[in-house]
Amino acid sequence: MSEPETLTVDINGFQTRIWRKGSGPKLGYLAGFGGLPRWMPFLDELAKTRTVIVPSVPGFPGGDRGHTILDSHLDWMLALRDLLEKADLVGADLAGSSVGASLVAEMAALWPASVRRLALIAPFGLFDDKDPPTDPWAQRADAVPGLLCADPEIYKGMKAAPEGANSIEWPIEQVRASEAAARIFWPLGNTRIEKRLRLIQAPTLLLWGSEDKIMPRTYADKFAAGISGKTEIKTIAGAGHLAELDKPVEVAKAISDFTA
Amino acid sequence: MKLMWFHLMPYTELPENFRDANPSVWVDIHSSLFDPKRAHHMYNDFMDELEYAAEVGFDAVCVNEHHSNGYGLMPSPNLIASSLARRTTDTAICVMGNSLALYNPPTRVAEEFAMIDVISGGRLIAGFPVGTPMDTTYAYGTNPSQLRQRYHEAHDLVVRAWTEPDTFAFNGRFNQQRYVNIWPRPVQQPRPPIWIPGGGSVETWQWCAEMDYVYCYLSYYGYKAGRATMDGFWAEMDRLGKDRNPYHAGFLQFVGVGESRQHAYDLYAEAAEYFYGRCLHVDPKWSTPPGYTSEGSQRAGIESQVRKAADSAVRGKSTGERSASVARDMDGIVDNGYVIIGTPDEVAEQLREVAINLNVGHLMLLLQYGNMSKEVTRYNTKMFAEHVMPKIKDIHSGWEDRWWPKPMAANLRASVPAYPPRMAAE
Repeated sequence: MSEPETLTVDINGFQTRIWRKGSGPKLGYLAGFGGLPRWMPFLDELAKTRTVIVPSVPGFPGGDRGHTILDSHLDWMLALRDLLEKADLVGADLAGSSVGASLVAEMAALWPASVRRLALIAPFGLFDDKDPPTDPWAQRADAVPGLLCADPEIYKGMKAAPEGANSIEWPIEQVRASEAAARIFWPLGNTRIEKRLRLIQAPTLLLWGSEDKIMPRTYADKFAAGISGKTEIKTIAGAGHLAELDKPVEVAKAISDFTA
Repeated sequence: MKLMWFHLMPYTELPENFRDANPSVWVDIHSSLFDPKRAHHMYNDFMDELEYAAEVGFDAVCVNEHHSNGYGLMPSPNLIASSLARRTTDTAICVMGNSLALYNPPTRVAEEFAMIDVISGGRLIAGFPVGTPMDTTYAYGTNPSQLRQRYHEAHDLVVRAWTEPDTFAFNGRFNQQRYVNIWPRPVQQPRPPIWIPGGGSVETWQWCAEMDYVYCYLSYYGYKAGRATMDGFWAEMDRLGKDRNPYHAGFLQFVGVGESRQHAYDLYAEAAEYFYGRCLHVDPKWSTPPGYTSEGSQRAGIESQVRKAADSAVRGKSTGERSASVARDMDGIVDNGYVIIGTPDEVAEQLREVAINLNVGHLMLLLQYGNMSKEVTRYNTKMFAEHVMPKIKDIHSGWEDRWWPKPMAANLRASVPAYPPRMAAE
C-alpha cells in the first residue's frame, strides 16, 4: 500500500486535506462515520483503474475544525460544493459511505449536472419510525467497532494511533469526526433528504453490507424508490455498515464496474 | 459562611434490584417504575422539607433541573421555586438552575426567573448550568456540537433581556427575535446574581472570572474528590489576578448528623447506599456525546491521565468512567468522603476543613438523599440547623458575599398569607 499524494485546500478558512492516487477517470469518495485517519486498502483497489480523489469532510480527520462554523444544512451543502470544486471533482463519478454517502447524494440532488454516476454505501439521511437506524452516538465505547464493521478489529485498526502519532491530539481527532457527523445528523440521522432524492438524476448504485448493524437494509429500497435516476441495489456479503472497510476488494469492484 | 439546603428530589421507591434489572436511572428509565400517586406524596414531602429547611434558618433553599431522571424529579425547578417564593419569607431561593440551551426561545428563562424574583421580592439566585449530556443531548435532543455555543448565546440574550431598558432585536447565531422586551423585570438590579455550576473545565473558570459569576462544583463525590477541582479553580483565579474571596465559589456536600458516629452511620446508610447504588446507576452509553466535552477539556483530561495526576480519579473522566468506580457501600461512601457523617461536633469540624481547604463560602448541603424518609430528613435538617450551623457560621466572616441576593426591605414586601396546619381534631 503506497501513500497517496496530499493536497491542501482552504474551505471557509480551514485547511482541508485532499488525497489523490492512481490514474484513469476521476472518482471522488467521501468517508463514512469516523472518517479516514489513515489511507485504506479499499482506496488502493479503486486506484488500480481510477484516479481516486478523497476530500476530507469538514471536521473529519484531515478536515480540521471546519464543521464548527457550519450551522445549517445550507452551510454544509455550500462547504461541500466548494470542496468538490477545489478537489476537481465537478462532473466526476462520486462515491460515499455512511454519512459521506448522504453528502454525495445531496451534491447529486442539488447540482445534478455535476455528478456522472453515484455509488452510495449505506447512506444516512432517512429515518423510519418503524425501523429506526441504530444510534451511533449512544453507545459504550467498546461496542462501536462491532457496530460499524462486521470485523471489529478492522475498525480498531483504522482508528488506532500509528507509531509516532501525537498521543493527545489523535484521540481528540477521532472524537471530532464523530462530532462532525453529529453536527449535521443529530439526533436521528434524518436530514429530510427524502424531499431531495427525486432531484438525483445520476444512475445510482446502492451498496449494503449484509451485516450492517447501523442502517437497516430496508433503507436501500427507500433510497432507490426516491431517486429519479436508474438505481441498482447490491448486497455485500459479510460486510458491516462500513462495507468498504470489511470487504475492500468486493466493494471497489462493484463501484468500478458500475461506474466503468 | 452561607449554608444552603439542596434537594435533588429523587424518586424514593426504585426497586431493590434496580441496578441489576435496569440499564440506567437516566434517559431510558422505564415508566412502569413511576407511580404518580406515590410521586404525589414524594413531591409534597420534598416541598415540606424545603420549607422546613427555610423555617429552621438555612440561608437558601436550592433546586435543580433534570430530565428523564429517576433521581431528579424536577424537569422544571422553576415550578418548585415559585411555590417556595410564596411559602418562605427571607430565605434565598437558589435555582441551580436552568439549562439555557434547552429553552426556545431562551427569553423564557429571563421571564420565569424574573417572575420568581418579583414574587419573592428579590430573593432569587439564577443558576445557569450547561446541563449534563443525559439531560441536554439525549433527553432533549440538543445537538452536542452546538450545545455550548447555544448556551453562551442564550446567556447573552437572557442578561440583555434583564438589563436593557428598551425593546431590542436580538440577531444571534441560533436565536433571532425581533422584539425582546420581557415583563416582568427582576427586582434585583441590574439583575439577580448569576451562579454557574460546572465541571472542572478551565474555560468555565475563566468565564466565571471574566463575568464575575460564582463557580459551583456540584459533585456527588464529596470534598476529597472535589479538592483537586477547587484547587484548580483557585489556581486559575490566582493566575488571572482575582482575589480569593471564598464567596466566589460554591460546593456541594452530602451530610448526615447523628448522636454518635455509629448512630449516624446506621441512620443514613440505607439512604446513602440507595443513592450511590440505585440513583447513580447511569448507562455509560449516555455519558459521552461527541462535542459535549470541549477539545480543551478533552486535552486536559487526556494530559492528566498521561501524567497520572492525583485528581484523575474524578476530574476529566466521563460519567461512565466515574460510574464504574463509584463506591456503593456505606464504608466506601464514608471513607471516600462522599457523605460526611458524625456527631454535630464531628460534622462541624469536617465541614470547617472543607470550607477552609476548598476555600468555599457557599456550601450546598444535601441532607436528604436517596430514599431518606421525611422523618429522618427532618431530623438531619434540625440537627444540622441547631447544632452544626452555629459552629461554622463564622467561617469566612472577613469576606463580603457580593454574589448573594439583595431582596427588597422586609417592610416593603407583601405579607404572605399564613397556611395554618390542619389540626388533628378537624
